Amino acid sequence: MNYNVDEKGYYGDFGGAYIPEMLYPNVAELKRNYLKFTAEPEFKKEFDALLKNYVGRPTPLYFAKRLSEKYNTKIYLKREDLCHTGAHKVNNTVGQILLAKRLGKNRIIAETGAGQHGVATATVCALMGIECIVYMGELDIKRQAPNVARMKMLGAEVRPAQSGSKTLKDATNEAIRDWINNPVDTHYIIGSVVGPHPYPDMVARFQSVISEEVKTQLLELEGRDYPDHVIACVGGGSNAAGLYYHYLNDNRVNIIAVEAAGKGIDSGESAATSALGKEGIIHGSKTLLMQTDDGQITEPYSISAGLDYPGVGPMHAHLFRSKRAEFISVPDQEAMDWGLTLSQLEGIIPAIETAHAFAALDIRKFGPKEIVVFNCSGRGDKDLETYINYFKL
Amino acid sequence: MKQNRIELKFQEDKKLLSIYFSAGFPNLDDTVPILRNLEAAGVDMVEIGLPFSDPLADGPTIQESSTKALRNGMTTEKLFTQLKGIRKYIDIPLVLMGYFNPMMQFGIEKFCQRCETIGIDGLIIPDLPVDVYHEQYKNLFDQHGLYNMFLITPQTSDERIRYIDKVSNGFIYMVSSAAVTGAKSTFGAIQTSYFERIENMNLITPTVVGFGISNAATYTAATTHSKGAIIGSAFIKFLEEKGVDRIESFIKTIKG
Repeated sequence: MNYNVDEKGYYGDFGGAYIPEMLYPNVAELKRNYLKFTAEPEFKKEFDALLKNYVGRPTPLYFAKRLSEKYNTKIYLKREDLCHTGAHKVNNTVGQILLAKRLGKNRIIAETGAGQHGVATATVCALMGIECIVYMGELDIKRQAPNVARMKMLGAEVRPAQSGSKTLKDATNEAIRDWINNPVDTHYIIGSVVGPHPYPDMVARFQSVISEEVKTQLLELEGRDYPDHVIACVGGGSNAAGLYYHYLNDNRVNIIAVEAAGKGIDSGESAATSALGKEGIIHGSKTLLMQTDDGQITEPYSISAGLDYPGVGPMHAHLFRSKRAEFISVPDQEAMDWGLTLSQLEGIIPAIETAHAFAALDIRKFGPKEIVVFNCSGRGDKDLETYINYFKL
Repeated sequence: MKQNRIELKFQEDKKLLSIYFSAGFPNLDDTVPILRNLEAAGVDMVEIGLPFSDPLADGPTIQESSTKALRNGMTTEKLFTQLKGIRKYIDIPLVLMGYFNPMMQFGIEKFCQRCETIGIDGLIIPDLPVDVYHEQYKNLFDQHGLYNMFLITPQTSDERIRYIDKVSNGFIYMVSSAAVTGAKSTFGAIQTSYFERIENMNLITPTVVGFGISNAATYTAATTHSKGAIIGSAFIKFLEEKGVDRIESFIKTIKG
């Protein structure tokens, strides 16, 4: 089986472009051009140079010695938390801003939940001197004040999404409506491997630099370019897509995806889409999503704002259904505890999203010779307030 | 096979007024009274909106009426129950308009069957693309006598319009401007030249203009170059302010 996107924009049963006609020209323009432009030597040169000199790539592949000893296995962390702006999100925004310039767009819109993608978008817009508007749920604006301030400092306009539940899915709806209203001059930088084709594939390709580097780094460190397990947290799934990308069709590598169980899968307050989702359409993509029996999309919950998306990207829906990847879900409490554990064992304070992934160590057993690579996708600075309140620091 | 009511209506030698409303708004059980009052007021066709939690092509008015309808308890099953037997009272064409996800959850085949039993004439599903419809659903819709209408916008290329024209039945839904739904008080030169461009393409399928029609002026401007026009947001605002019993007065302000 092939786990990459097919020429029609599907991953198995999932994907496609279920969009209103108003978006057709924009999406068609992107579909015609994204492979062509990104394959140009000049694009690659510019992209690679920015990743190296601006983002700070390659990020280290760090052998986590104390953690490995504790779990009697070989654990490596791909340090995406060391990227400029504090997470992997910027890999994608750098790629998309270069593409937007080539498409002649002079206005950028984006959606954001926790604010990480919004900050990463505002950053590259400042870098290129392009107007930037970020849609953010009204509730999230209140919850994530420091990231709102960062976006404003970077010159972006933050527009509150006041519809529906006033969170990430509504911010995405508002960004899509903006794109419908501004079809000519605007490029929409989606932050995850979600949305209509070609977005999931395009974002996965920009994030694939993660596993490309892992291959080179592992070869140097271990004498082979593949690990036994790759593990990442999945909300929409962009950091996971980046870590899995070059191993999707390599059956020697076991893929583990960690979702947020929130207050527990059966609590009614969860974001574990693989366990709770049904096939449907969200934001232009056929995928698994959490919804009522009547097909109304439900509001997910996780203590980490970056994981509370009611769907997963179509690539992940396919990995789940085809059983290529193993999906597990981790409740708030275990994720928070792992935030503390990683801080004190390795001196790395992870984002709460990232902390979820490490709980796989308590759920799955790994052999002493096995190589396990985690995507350490983001740093915890943005979550300090949540950590402070939770642990009474 | 019985002729589709949309087909028959579009053969009439007059301009058509169609009204959109969200089922379950303002009150859960208003669906049938609204339909009866619309027909009595001389409306030619109705689009009944199936409310959805994430209506991404809609502006604030329809978003709010959808949200309110869902809070009132509207569901696909509930709507079909309300519409059961509707053909005893209503003769004008009835179109269901909604997003694809609730239909998928209901089961597309079951959905089409229920539509046929009730006497629904067609569907408008903004997020079901033309090509997917043709590959996967056209046969099913045909079997149940359901037309599926597609949208075009000022950004749609001539080539694509020709393609949509070729595969359409019923009518083509012309979105008046590059915008989500919502009432406008006038149309500018850009809209007029777009209406003229489409008129001059001499399409096989009749066109109906929607999005931004709110009063006699925009209705007249739209129907000068097309067979009809659809009013949604402006009607919903009226319902909210004046209620179901005053529908005739709203229709009078549009058609005179």
